[in-house]
Amino acid sequence: MHKSRISLLALLVALAMVAAACGPSEPEPEESPTEATGAKEAPEFAAGSTMDTIQKRGNVIVGTKFDQPLFGQKNPITNEIEGFDVEMAKIFAQGIFGGTLEEAAEKVEFVETVSRVREANITQGTVDFIVATYTINDARKEVVDFAGPYYIAGQDIMVNKDDDSISGVEDLNGKKVCSVQGSTSIANVVEQAPQADISISFDTYSKCAEALKDGRVEAVTTDNIILAGLIDEDGGETFKLVNNPFTTEPYGVGVKKGDDALRDFLNDKIEESYEEGSWEAAYERTVGAAGIPAPEPPPVDRYSSSGASPAATPTGAASPGATTTSAATTTAPTTTTTN
Amino acid sequence: MEVLLSHLDAFAGGMRTTAELALASFAGALVIGVLVAACRVSPVAPLRAAGTTYVETFRNIPPLVLLVLFFFGFPKIGILYSPFTSAIIVMAVYTGSFVGEAVRSGINTVAAGQAEAARAIGLTFSQSFVLVILPQALRAVVPAIGSLFSAILRNVSLASVISVQELAWVSERLIADTGRPFQILAGTAVAYLMMTLPSGYLFGVIERKTAIKR
Repeated sequence: MHKSRISLLALLVALAMVAAACGPSEPEPEESPTEATGAKEAPEFAAGSTMDTIQKRGNVIVGTKFDQPLFGQKNPITNEIEGFDVEMAKIFAQGIFGGTLEEAAEKVEFVETVSRVREANITQGTVDFIVATYTINDARKEVVDFAGPYYIAGQDIMVNKDDDSISGVEDLNGKKVCSVQGSTSIANVVEQAPQADISISFDTYSKCAEALKDGRVEAVTTDNIILAGLIDEDGGETFKLVNNPFTTEPYGVGVKKGDDALRDFLNDKIEESYEEGSWEAAYERTVGAAGIPAPEPPPVDRYSSSGASPAATPTGAASPGATTTSAATTTAPTTTTTN
Repeated sequence: MEVLLSHLDAFAGGMRTTAELALASFAGALVIGVLVAACRVSPVAPLRAAGTTYVETFRNIPPLVLLVLFFFGFPKIGILYSPFTSAIIVMAVYTGSFVGEAVRSGINTVAAGQAEAARAIGLTFSQSFVLVILPQALRAVVPAIGSLFSAILRNVSLASVISVQELAWVSERLIADTGRPFQILAGTAVAYLMMTLPSGYLFGVIERKTAIKR
């Protein structure tokens, strides 16, 4: 009696295993990889590489801005972070974890990184990488490495709607200008308008916008995309853009210095997103929705970590509305800031 | 170490601004504190209520909240001051509530006989307060006021949030410029000690000089 019960149990277990093995074992047929948001296969990474660590951990920690309209902004109702930088981070996550873009997005944990803490967060390993309107320049390359650029903005000036006295960066001399501590924006103003009064500065651009509204300063300066977002937030009623950019700001992904494998991986993903159309789709969902047409995606700079990047040739003012001319004539992404 | 030495003038500028803020706020806090204490011990009930309201309000709101409210919020109702002035106003109002309580505890240590004798010889409340009570009260609370001054020296670091270029602001800017937070922060701590330790010693001297010989 006992023996036959055991053998009956063993038979049932064997049947169950056979049934499972005979079940559908083919993975779902993949959508063609050229579909922008189609499901992708999770790739294998070299053991010990950052991507492998991230994949094994099951989530990727990305630093981004939480108060930058159009690029990285926390939606107060849903508590989700939204923006172009956020969409790029999701594309990178899809490259690590596979699946659809929405599934990969679930595995991203966003951490707020304001301008001046970006380097510290990377070197201390608090985040895996940073996508936060992060301008690439040589000074920062001494502390961190960059993948990209994935977007080129230009520094511009924002004034109150009824102020016509400022039409270019030279007009900032003798005026009170607000920007953010630790940003390239402030360094550029010091260089191009040495008599500008930059004594009032904060840690976020939204505070600068408040100061402009209150009349504490006469202008706010930073990348034109950020300014467009600030203008958009007030419905276009309070501020206006001078629309005379005076620098080129290549936005990159900040990674730990020396992590060439991660940098190559991110550069590959960026180029893939150009070809597959996911870059443009991400842009249209975010910045494009505010009415700024998509420019040509900029070529990534795969500099060697030992030397400097290829000789930088300034391409002059780049406005986001310019289509093929500015980016197409760029031979290498530029780093024009000089500090 | 070199990074500190090469930025000595930035540190010195920050220390000077901190000292200016602290001294100006402290002067304001002393004036406000004495007035508030006077209100709280006054025979006039509405004044007592006003004094108590003042103390309870400003003692219980964090100074950072007061500062941001005054700097970013008050312009919407027409009150707009420069960052430096805003910091002084807010720190004086905030610390004034603590000074008021300290002075009031000093008043309570003055023997009741003093107030009675003052009234007996015909002094009004204000006269007895200013000529008899207050001198004795203040001498009793010098240590408490000394520690409040030390607290002001440290609290004005909050003014860095509204872009006053005092020591904490300079420290943050140097960290952003040099990328060496540990050395800069160690230097900042030393800079603060260079201000708080001497002021503590100074108040010790004042205390000994004004001690009531019982």
